[in-house]
Amino acid sequence: MKALFWRDMRLALRSGGGFGLGLAFYFMLALLFPFAVGSDPEVLRRVGPGVLWVGALLSTLLTLDRLFALDNEDGALDMLLTAPIPTEGLVLAKASAHWVTNGLPLCLLGPTLGLFFQIPLALSGWLLAALLIGTPALSMIGAFGASLTLSVKRGGLLLMLLVLPLYLPTLIFGAEVVRRASEGAAIGPALALLSGVSLAVWAVMPFVTASVLRASAK
Amino acid sequence: MSLWEYANPQKFMRLSGILLPWVWTGAMAALSLGLIWGFFFTPDDFRMGSTVKIIYVHVPAALMAINAWLMMLLASLIWLVRRHHVSALAAKAAAPIGLAMTVIALATGAIWGKPMWGAYWAWDPRLTSFLILFVFYLGYIALWQAIDDKDLAADLTSILCLVGSVFALLSRYAVQFWSQGLHQGATFSVDAEENIADVFWLPAVISMAGFVLLFVALVLVNTRSEVQLRRLVALKRWDRIAEEAA
Repeated sequence: MKALFWRDMRLALRSGGGFGLGLAFYFMLALLFPFAVGSDPEVLRRVGPGVLWVGALLSTLLTLDRLFALDNEDGALDMLLTAPIPTEGLVLAKASAHWVTNGLPLCLLGPTLGLFFQIPLALSGWLLAALLIGTPALSMIGAFGASLTLSVKRGGLLLMLLVLPLYLPTLIFGAEVVRRASEGAAIGPALALLSGVSLAVWAVMPFVTASVLRASAK
Repeated sequence: MSLWEYANPQKFMRLSGILLPWVWTGAMAALSLGLIWGFFFTPDDFRMGSTVKIIYVHVPAALMAINAWLMMLLASLIWLVRRHHVSALAAKAAAPIGLAMTVIALATGAIWGKPMWGAYWAWDPRLTSFLILFVFYLGYIALWQAIDDKDLAADLTSILCLVGSVFALLSRYAVQFWSQGLHQGATFSVDAEENIADVFWLPAVISMAGFVLLFVALVLVNTRSEVQLRRLVALKRWDRIAEEAA
């Protein structure tokens, strides 16, 4: 599993692995928004956290289709499925590698992009915390979506339709953390619910995704 | 003699063929009775005026939108556990009907919302939950369409239905956490008539029964045509093999 994790990391970081493209998309989105809604600091400050959350969702989506598809094309996935590691472990290793190469950089970039939106530093801290807790769930749910579209040719657009509805709870609780923090309301419940979603997803989804992979490989 | 006998497509086709005309008759009778009674022979509400009459379509459609998903969930579970093909096909058959019911509930709600709340749409928890249900239906139907291998499609859509149910429920509570609403709470309950006067209650229950029967009839029709489609495909394949042999 560890070897698999590092293999996926290396593949993602090499050229052609798409590393950085998600980040560039995130950056572009944050750049485009002020042009669309105007540069009024008051407006930017209000929509900023939401835009950064939606941006994180969309850029995660961008790199999902290569999560299993590349290994499926060259047959490596079949080898991995017959290898003496549990399929659940395979899912865990791949989703972790996806989070480290995609989710983690997004989290770190988020507060920096917050500067575009005039988000004060104290609030950026909460944004960073919410993203750090929420984005692992995005990677794991995304792995589930990627496994579903494995047997579909050019499943990229379908992936979007399947995965985005599943992202809703994470988005709602994650954005709520930042919104409540900005209004000075109690953020405890939102933070707890967001962590709950993340932990539950990481505990349960590997089994579900593994069963999808096994069904598709038959 | 057990219920599982009807998992046999042959038996299912025979029984559903006999039942179908009766279900259609019941559905049409209950729908026309409930809707005509509701639309023309009930008094106007003292606050909402005659707009209240849309309730005879809105509430039953919303009810069926949720129940259709529950039926799909049950059928998916049966497919995953017992692998009866009719069950998987019934789940597939119910999805477009559930989607249509969701759209009807959203549309009649928007038409009703404009005179009552002054807006077609509000980000109210109930409305938002229905919109979310709508996208879950879309994803489920799209996945069925996308996969060529029938058994694999049944497997994957069943798993998606299970996972989707959990996330749809979670989204519902998340949405309640996110915003407080305009929509009134549930005033209806089929067994008690506490919150609603007799004159409105009876036609509403009749049209609900009509919608339930209509749903059953449509699911049966859809499932039967799916079974027939499979038979056709099988026949064609057999034909081709025979031709090649000759």
